[in-house]
Amino acid sequence: MAEIWTSYLWPLIIMVAQSLLLMVILLVAIAYVLYADRKIWAAVQIRRGPNVVGPWGLFQSFADLLKFVLKEPVIPAGANKGVFLLAPFVTCVLSLAAWAVIPVHPGWVIADINVGILYIFAISSLSVYGIIMGGWASNSKYPFLAALRSAAQMVSYEVSIGFVIITVLLCVGSLNLSAIVEAQNGPYGVFNWYWLPLLPMFVIFFVSALAETNRPPFDLVEAESELVAGFMVEYGSTPYMMFMLGEYVAIATMCAMGTILFLGGWLPPAPFAPFTWVPGVIWFTLKCLFMFFLFAMAKAIVPRYRYDQLMRLGWKVFLPISLAMVVIVAGVLQFAGWAPK
Amino acid sequence: MSELLQHYLPLAVFIAVALGLSAALLIAPFIVAYKQPDPEKLSAYECGFNAFDDARMKFDVRFYLVAILFIIFDLEVAFLFPWAVAFGKLGLFGFWSMMVFLAVLTIGFIYEWKKGALEWD
Repeated sequence: MAEIWTSYLWPLIIMVAQSLLLMVILLVAIAYVLYADRKIWAAVQIRRGPNVVGPWGLFQSFADLLKFVLKEPVIPAGANKGVFLLAPFVTCVLSLAAWAVIPVHPGWVIADINVGILYIFAISSLSVYGIIMGGWASNSKYPFLAALRSAAQMVSYEVSIGFVIITVLLCVGSLNLSAIVEAQNGPYGVFNWYWLPLLPMFVIFFVSALAETNRPPFDLVEAESELVAGFMVEYGSTPYMMFMLGEYVAIATMCAMGTILFLGGWLPPAPFAPFTWVPGVIWFTLKCLFMFFLFAMAKAIVPRYRYDQLMRLGWKVFLPISLAMVVIVAGVLQFAGWAPK
Repeated sequence: MSELLQHYLPLAVFIAVALGLSAALLIAPFIVAYKQPDPEKLSAYECGFNAFDDARMKFDVRFYLVAILFIIFDLEVAFLFPWAVAFGKLGLFGFWSMMVFLAVLTIGFIYEWKKGALEWD
């Protein structure tokens, strides 16, 4: 009995506690990321943004949560009820699940698996199912068209993100996310991170991440002017909120991925005294916030793309460039003898 | 606890927590919210018209084409993963064999491009 306790039950309790802790921190962070998004957008347009609920509107996201829970859930008569409700559920679960392998500090990770990046790649590929299911099950024209568009958009940019990840993996030689961060540790601090040697890939990653998470300027899924609200038009109440939550968690995941792959994860920007005193988790958070600030500024500043431009950018610009970069990076590593052993 | 379990059980636990949370969110309004359905409210949205037929209609074949192309390139990426991880140990032979594979796919990609499979107008 004691043996079962020490070797199974106690570790299990610790795992559940860790998971709950990360989940709570993540969701509170998402609430404020949403608030920051609205505030930054407002500031660019010289508006005030949310400022009523709580001091400076700080509790806006929580008020929104309460509002969504109290809204009447409407399921259209023609809809496929099971699939209709499963779609937001799938979106939400998948986007949250990706956070299980993201290291925020040396050793601070829920599951330190050695195929971490493959897991994230798989999870983010699956998230297109939520959209397709939602659009199909609604049995309405606008959601159906938007779901098709969205699926085509997401899979197109998935490919270039895959190639970007490959170039980083070539430099690291491991699929473990902690190992990817450690590989960027070096005497030059910020100049050792992969954003500098792989700068074109960082740019492609950032733009593809915008398209992958359906953020403006690639938010053709929502396209208020023609498809009203895209695949979400029939949704209300918490099912709608879960799509939005899934979207924002996916954005946070992409920010964390950018941080880990190109901005050195939890590493301080310079490897000496005042910077090394700050704990890694603070650096990780700051870098994620920087990435998110770029996302928010892109939303506020860049005009929306047309659908054919979007597909052309994905297939005719990013795919050839990233494919060529895989070959170039592999060639340089091979013939300069820099390949990780 | 075995090493495999130690690595992968937290993953399962975390996904279970995510499932629980999402299920709670999904069910909450069905329990607490006020409900008063009527036929107009439950009809599909179509700019003020009554929906005149089933919404699951024919769609442009290009979406299908994009899905097919995605499968090819995503599989290619999946093949590249193990190669990229073992890159340092594979040596010149590994490097050139992958270059041949990429060249074959690039020829396919050029063919698609010339055939107009990537055109949206």
